[in-house]
Amino acid sequence: MTGETRSRPARRVSGVDRFLSVIRVVMAALILIGFIAFVAQQIDPNNPFARWRNPDPNRLTGDQFKGLIISGLTQGSMYGLIALGYSMVYGVLGFINFAHGEVFMVGAMSGFITSDKLHATGWWESNFLLSLVIVVLVAIVTSTLTAVITERVAYRPLRNSPRLIPLITSIGVSFFIQNAVLGLLGPATKSYPRPPDWLGDSRTVPLGKYLVWIAGALLVASFIWCLWRRVPIEKDVAADGGKRPVGEQVKEDLARLAATVQISVTALWWVPVWVSLLLVGLLVPEKILTFDIKGTKIMVVAVAAASMVGLWYLVERTKTGRAMRAVSEDKEIAALMGINVNRIIVTTFAVGGTMAGIGGILWGLLFRSVNHVTGFLPGIKAFTAAVVGGIGNMGGAMAGGLALGSAESVAPMMLLEPLGVPGASQLKDAVAFTVLVLVLLFKPSGLFGERLSEEDRA
Amino acid sequence: MTETLTPLRAGAGLDWRRVFFWGGICALTIVAVSLIGLPVGMDKRTLIEPVLSLGYLFLLWVPLVLGYVATKVVVLEGVESRKPGSVDLLAGLVTGLMGASGLILLMLGLDNFNLRDPLVNWSPQLLRLLTFEQGLGFGIPVWLAAFGALGVCGAALHQLPSRTRRILTWAVFGVLTVAILEAVIDDLAEGFRLEWLTDAIYYKRGGEEGLTVKSALILAVVLGALPMVVGGRAKGAIDRYREKAPETQSRRSVLLLGSVAAVCIALPMFLGGIVNELLANVGLFLLLALGLNIVVGLAGLLDLGYVAFFAVGGYTTSVLTSSNSPFFAPEWHFGIALLFVVVMAVLAGLLIGAPVIRMRGDYLAIVTLGFGEIVRLLFLSDWLKPYFNGSQGITKVNPVDLGPWKVQGSDPRSVFYLVLCFCALAVYVSWRLQASRLGRAWMATREDEQVAEVMGINTVNAKLMAFVVGATMAAFSGAVLAAKVGSVFPKSFEILVSIIILVVVIVGGMGNIAGVFVGSLVLIGILGGPRQPGLLQEFQSYKLLIYGALLVFMMLKRPEGLVPSARRTRELHQEEYLQDAWLGDDEPDEDGEMQS
Repeated sequence: MTGETRSRPARRVSGVDRFLSVIRVVMAALILIGFIAFVAQQIDPNNPFARWRNPDPNRLTGDQFKGLIISGLTQGSMYGLIALGYSMVYGVLGFINFAHGEVFMVGAMSGFITSDKLHATGWWESNFLLSLVIVVLVAIVTSTLTAVITERVAYRPLRNSPRLIPLITSIGVSFFIQNAVLGLLGPATKSYPRPPDWLGDSRTVPLGKYLVWIAGALLVASFIWCLWRRVPIEKDVAADGGKRPVGEQVKEDLARLAATVQISVTALWWVPVWVSLLLVGLLVPEKILTFDIKGTKIMVVAVAAASMVGLWYLVERTKTGRAMRAVSEDKEIAALMGINVNRIIVTTFAVGGTMAGIGGILWGLLFRSVNHVTGFLPGIKAFTAAVVGGIGNMGGAMAGGLALGSAESVAPMMLLEPLGVPGASQLKDAVAFTVLVLVLLFKPSGLFGERLSEEDRA
Repeated sequence: MTETLTPLRAGAGLDWRRVFFWGGICALTIVAVSLIGLPVGMDKRTLIEPVLSLGYLFLLWVPLVLGYVATKVVVLEGVESRKPGSVDLLAGLVTGLMGASGLILLMLGLDNFNLRDPLVNWSPQLLRLLTFEQGLGFGIPVWLAAFGALGVCGAALHQLPSRTRRILTWAVFGVLTVAILEAVIDDLAEGFRLEWLTDAIYYKRGGEEGLTVKSALILAVVLGALPMVVGGRAKGAIDRYREKAPETQSRRSVLLLGSVAAVCIALPMFLGGIVNELLANVGLFLLLALGLNIVVGLAGLLDLGYVAFFAVGGYTTSVLTSSNSPFFAPEWHFGIALLFVVVMAVLAGLLIGAPVIRMRGDYLAIVTLGFGEIVRLLFLSDWLKPYFNGSQGITKVNPVDLGPWKVQGSDPRSVFYLVLCFCALAVYVSWRLQASRLGRAWMATREDEQVAEVMGINTVNAKLMAFVVGATMAAFSGAVLAAKVGSVFPKSFEILVSIIILVVVIVGGMGNIAGVFVGSLVLIGILGGPRQPGLLQEFQSYKLLIYGALLVFMMLKRPEGLVPSARRTRELHQEEYLQDAWLGDDEPDEDGEMQS
């Protein structure tokens, strides 16, 4: 290698690259200006900077802001639930399952039919929790079946074809399911029965107090965890059947102690989390951290969190989960290791379908209206969320969903309105797609990194 | 392996589990088709008066096709395959009867329960249709007999000599085509003063009542005889054409092209308004599809936001030629506006193309889809309302003034000619580009981007050029649409348009101009575009369902399309070319999967 060849840049800087840099700078500048104008407007609506683009700035009250954040997070947790399905399928098969939004819609629809029937018999009011369980089960079963049948019919024969072929197929599947549901159930928008008052009512959540409690509980839990957990040590001392001299035993205990300390030290990053939770909970005025939230929204977030924990357990702690991770790493080697790849892929679709079904029910309970196109936009946005969080990454999908949901609900008021865009909330969907473009421009592997096999990354 | 040494008895070794599986599928399909509402919705359209309507056709094809599928013999190279025998006919019968039992269960259900609440098509009307308004006692035996017979026919198709099979196929499809094309044939006959022909064939002139039984039988005989007369000659002619020297070939192509052009110019003179309108729509979508064919078919970039360019073309034309444009209404001539359409299309192509060009294929698809939506939302928004009038759209777009002629929506023939000019231009451009340096660069990039780059192709520029060329064609189509309709609304530019054009390109054959032509003629002409009705107006509410099913079916069975491009076929079936057919076919056995 001569110096001359090495001094050349690896890739020519083409016009496209320059153009992309310009776009990056312009978008960053726009966001910055919008944000500064928003801050200026919050300080004083008559501030000249706030008036620069927007002739009639209005200060956003704290309650409005809280409302935006809460509705963003609720919507985002549903995006997250759907995004899990996209992310898992992409991780395992390496293609975008465009029809996943339709699986979500089927879940919401079947939930509507069941809840409507239950409402007609009067169970919905008299025995809400039981009927909710029935509705959720029905929705999960139908959406899981839809996902699994789709896989069997449309995707399995295309396992080894070029990447775009299954994507195009899934677009066809999406249209087919959408219009089959339209034909079966008609074009009218269906509205869910009203949830009982105790759930629908708005309630005050003093988050500051809860934060303190959460921090305390985390502290106690971590102590218990440290005591309970058998800390692994390097040397396998138990090998010689317990006939150990006392000195050895002491050595072993010391080693275990050292390992415990080591774990505590590596877990030190938790400490600032606790401290900040405590400090925020204690020091921030209670009024700021007190939210008025509708019960259904609380339920949506709670159910989404619970499903996420369940999924995490399934993927990280069970044999099936390990097999799923192995298949997404390398299908052939996984098959050689005795994993039934087909079954694992079906399981992946089933789990994704389950999550989408739960999401569908939550959607129905929250917005109370579904029709045959309900799944389309949330589906695309959930894919965006999966990309934002890093595709193939479960935690990323959920976080991406939350991020996208809140961006979509906050950005029109926080960035577009101060920039002088009238009717900014109409551009909610455009914001979601812009987020997708921006993430792919700035950090294509998502906020939390992709988890894909080499082959899929190409 | 020893089993294969003894020759198999005819009909032995039939997999009954498979037959029952397909029988179940048959029953499910029929119930689903009925409940989706196809039979009732299509019943108004009669194909053969008084026996067959399109609605019944949607039920009858199921046992025929599934009987055929259930008894299909899997041929593997190197393994002696099962010989079909009379047992196969029994299997076909079983499939058909299982299908009929599904239908009977549905009829009993319709008679006894009321599930109208969630299922909108659970109606007495459906029951009346299924029982021929004669009660269950009549309906059940008729369906059992009909489905059993059709299942047997489906199974028997395997055992007929190929010649007979061809004759039958021609006769059946020919009669159906003639019946479906009634409006067009009617119109044509009127133009050529051949009313006696339509009177002879169809039940009632201009009534869309279908063929008469007698004429259907005669047509079947005539069309069935057609392959015997023509048989092989067409194929021979094509082969002979292929063998000719390139010079003669190109001379012949020019001759062929000239005659096609002559027909295209002359035909609309003899056609009425409805068919001309249909042809104008086909032309609009052909123009779009030709553009997408360059982006998807040649360059391999799956652009799902293609409608954005369509919208840009439409809005540019409207703003520049309408008297009603809110911000800037110069009311220019269409021709001048067209220059700006090109400029705007190129700009839009670069703006949308540049950020997505480096992304991997599937991300590109979703991001372009996002761009398509962004563009529509922007046209719809309050923010740009001072410029584009939001959801009210821009109306009063001036007709195209070409001296003696005016091109406007009320005169579909003129629109057709305008579209024809643009289509001819687009076909010429795509044809010249295909073999050019740029076209070869596109194809190389599609096949393997890294290799293409190593060979010295500037893939970024090639892809951008694909975006720009495709965008220009779409924008032309948008411009014609604006002139034709006289107005533009954001509603006309939904994502659906992109998807339908994608279906057209894929069904026709990606990367092949003739394929795109066939695709748009068949799909847009018969089924209709996103908002434009096709020949079968009864399909209006079901066409998206059919588009979706068609897309899946084509991807599974024939990804290269109806009229494939040779190179594309090789790419898609690379594995089959590389390996022995039976080594490549290493799917795990069906039964094992069914159980798990």
